[in-house]
Amino acid sequence: MARPDQTPGMRPRQTLGRKLDVATRHAFPAVSTIVLMLLAEIPFGFASQATLLPAITLACVYFWSLVRPAAMPPPVVFLIGLLLDLLGYLPLGVGVLPLLIAHGLVVRWRQVLTRQSFPAVWLVFAGFSAGAAMLSWALTSLLSFRLLSLGPALFQAILTVALYPALAVLCIRAHRTVADPDQA
Amino acid sequence: MVRLSIQTRQALAKLTLPVLIAASFGLMLLGKADAVLAERARMALGDALAPIYAVLTRPLGVVRDRLLHVTDVWDAHAANRKLREENEQLRRWQSIALALDAENQRLKANLHWIPDNSPSFVTARVVADAGGVYARAVLLSVGPNHGVRKGEIALDERGLVGRVTEVGARTARVLLLTDLNSRIPVILQNSRAHAILTGNNGPRPRLIYWAEGSPPQEGERVVTSSEAGAFPADLPVGTVHYTVSNVPEVVPAAMLDRLEMVRIFDYDLTGLAAPDAVGRQPERRGR
Repeated sequence: MARPDQTPGMRPRQTLGRKLDVATRHAFPAVSTIVLMLLAEIPFGFASQATLLPAITLACVYFWSLVRPAAMPPPVVFLIGLLLDLLGYLPLGVGVLPLLIAHGLVVRWRQVLTRQSFPAVWLVFAGFSAGAAMLSWALTSLLSFRLLSLGPALFQAILTVALYPALAVLCIRAHRTVADPDQA
Repeated sequence: MVRLSIQTRQALAKLTLPVLIAASFGLMLLGKADAVLAERARMALGDALAPIYAVLTRPLGVVRDRLLHVTDVWDAHAANRKLREENEQLRRWQSIALALDAENQRLKANLHWIPDNSPSFVTARVVADAGGVYARAVLLSVGPNHGVRKGEIALDERGLVGRVTEVGARTARVLLLTDLNSRIPVILQNSRAHAILTGNNGPRPRLIYWAEGSPPQEGERVVTSSEAGAFPADLPVGTVHYTVSNVPEVVPAAMLDRLEMVRIFDYDLTGLAAPDAVGRQPERRGR
């Protein structure tokens, strides 16, 4: 944003409203992720609802890191991870590390991943969710000095994979409309 | 803003991620070293969010009640018959209970029994699930000037729920008896044998360390024990149930998956502190 736009062509005047619009569109991925995380904590009253929070967080971070890394920079991922730790009652740092690693890998493989079809992206996401769940499990076990059962981690991985298409549909729609800075 | 060369800026951008990954390890160490910090941050967040969740819980409750109403009407006839039978049975039990109570009073009067102090309690609404993937707990909204303290006992209308582990300005967190870190001294009611009830994050906690020669029996009632001064004696916990692999578990009397209201009792106990959640160091208590 700091660099002046040097491409030729006509463009609207930089009024305050327009600047606000652009800023909102830039902030959309991070803000929507945090709002979804807070919504996941509403007591709906169904069993294992606690697993919803890490699932939604990973799906959002993966999606936005893939399609719009500029709007999901590492510091924002870190903050989202911290919120995950606090809301999800995980030991501090256990939510942050898998998210940061996932973000780093997605940004590195972005060139290849963005050219793939949706099922391929989903398949790669399955690998990410399994890895993130295992890492969280291993870290929680390590930090609490005991071997926790693998069941919840497995369930978390499966739920995360299953949730991704639904979230991706919403995010793709948002990406093309309200979150697109070019449409401001 | 400071003007940086493109090379410096690129190098900085490349450094951000490794630095933040290192910071997350630092965060883990910090969480281990200073458990109170994480707890304070969590309770502050809980205090901020609890009013929002409390508002949202009501319409959700209405929707759930409507749905329940439909199913209720559906099997009203069968339920009615079952309730009438149960009522008959309960009437019989009531007369027995009244007779026993009168006898108990008489015996206590003869023995100059020192009565237990009746505990004070507050009732609070459950506003959110405060558990995680590896924890079982609920968040209560207790109002700004509550007297709730750590280690107090939470019960619903049927039995023991757990203990208060963290207290914020407007909220309190109750660790459920099914949590992995929950250890409760109990008494098996038929044999009066002691045992320990350990949570395993599943719906039914397990019994361990019962006295040799008095194994828990299927269907036996389990109540709390006042051993170690962490709980008052004889609060209902649940009933024994054996799994397929012959491990004695306890089916909690409290409806832990549908908690709406919880009573928090202050028994003024000075025994063991309540357990801490996963990944936190036990707080050292001065006696």
